Amino acid sequence: MDELPGELMYTSEHEWLRREEDGSVIIGITDHAQSALGDLVYVELPEVGQELDVGGDMAVVESVKAASDVFAPIAGTVVAVNEELGDDPEKINVDPYGDGWIVKIQPGGEIDDGELLAPGAYQTLLDEEDA
Amino acid sequence: MGSRTSLYDKHVDAGARMVDFGGWDMPLHYGSQKEEHHSVRNNAGVFDVSHMTIADLRGNDVRNFLRQLLANDVAKLQESGKALYSAMLNEAGGVIDDLIVYFMNESWFRLVVNAATREKDLAWIRRAAESFDVDVSECVDFAMIAVQGPNARELAASCIGGEWREQALALKLFTAMEAGDVFVARTGYTGEDGWEIVMPEARVGEIWDQLLASGVAPCGLGARDTLRLEAAMNLYGTDMDESISPLEAGLGWTVAWDPADREFMGRAALEAKKKDANKQRFIGLLLEDKGVLRNHQRVVVDGIGDGEITSGGFSPTIGRSIGLARLPAGDYERAQVDVRGKLLNVRIVKTPFVRNGQIQIEL
Repeated sequence: MDELPGELMYTSEHEWLRREEDGSVIIGITDHAQSALGDLVYVELPEVGQELDVGGDMAVVESVKAASDVFAPIAGTVVAVNEELGDDPEKINVDPYGDGWIVKIQPGGEIDDGELLAPGAYQTLLDEEDA
Repeated sequence: MGSRTSLYDKHVDAGARMVDFGGWDMPLHYGSQKEEHHSVRNNAGVFDVSHMTIADLRGNDVRNFLRQLLANDVAKLQESGKALYSAMLNEAGGVIDDLIVYFMNESWFRLVVNAATREKDLAWIRRAAESFDVDVSECVDFAMIAVQGPNARELAASCIGGEWREQALALKLFTAMEAGDVFVARTGYTGEDGWEIVMPEARVGEIWDQLLASGVAPCGLGARDTLRLEAAMNLYGTDMDESISPLEAGLGWTVAWDPADREFMGRAALEAKKKDANKQRFIGLLLEDKGVLRNHQRVVVDGIGDGEITSGGFSPTIGRSIGLARLPAGDYERAQVDVRGKLLNVRIVKTPFVRNGQIQIEL
């Protein structure tokens, strides 16, 4: 998976965000992140209805080797979680930008775009990390 | 940059993700740790274990020396090539390392000890050998690979050398032989049948290529760890260390108490420990709730006290989380583990969890 989907926004914590028509935001982790983690065996999801602050605990993805925290990139309320990850956490490895989505949030207010990266900026960050 | 084995380039060429392991650059996996794990349980996988330490003990007094040095008794080794697994203890009965010792002939025994404990082990063995007619010589310029799985020996047999093939395939479990310039042992760290093969460095590249060409999957440290955990094989430094006796690390079975007059290092302290009714239990755990057990998590035994997970992880073959733990003495079958603040239920199970491709525990 080489191409970063152009319609998504990214964070320096290797998460992606997709804005939906109804104003909600879908969140997952990037291909870079899933590759670094290795085969995922368990995902701990938040509760629907849970309030999240920017930078707060949102989910935990566990590979055989380690547990990794996924922090909320924006503030808001959890309106849906990807239940399928309960039986099939590997969806994140196989299709991180599609079937491997993790949480759907209704933002609390205007999203502070300041911390979010456009595909180009995120790619630059990846290139710098690899250098 | 850490130390590199002679297979370093092969690992990189095969797409390995390299990591540091005790000062060595080793392959963690070659794409999917889980796939590698399944390859070993279902077919065959090969591991680079050249980082391990091999010490050859030669002289007139080796057998006597080892009967004093090791908690298991090499008197059991009477047939050439026969091996056993033993702990090497300090005066206090704590484990310095766990190892495999091979009896080749009365003047030559071979020890394979851990990579991370190399310096410590060799210094200890050499010091102890001073008063014996024993020379301790470390193998250098060698490579070692482990080919493991139900089809491992068959697939590896062709790589050894035609004339040795039949003899090698006839090797019994826990027995080794010399096949020309190659040393083959029917031992392993996965709970599957297979061989560990020592050869001159110059030969390993070609043997590695041959194995891969025959369909043996290259496997990294990640799979090595999930396999050995399922097989409930201890990892030194994680399941036990110098402060832990074999009796509290599930290694009581490796201590040879008879004959009663064999004065092995650590015996006195161990005799005392044996009588201690409060000595800890070392057991296997199966996580009943969803989640993953991790090293060092606190285990809570209702009405008795706390223990600790020594090795926690996920079992790809079972599809559930398992672990090894050291717990307070008592007659109980259930407990709870503090997983990131939540108490999850675990059940104590009789290990191994998996052996020869089959799940051994009740799920």
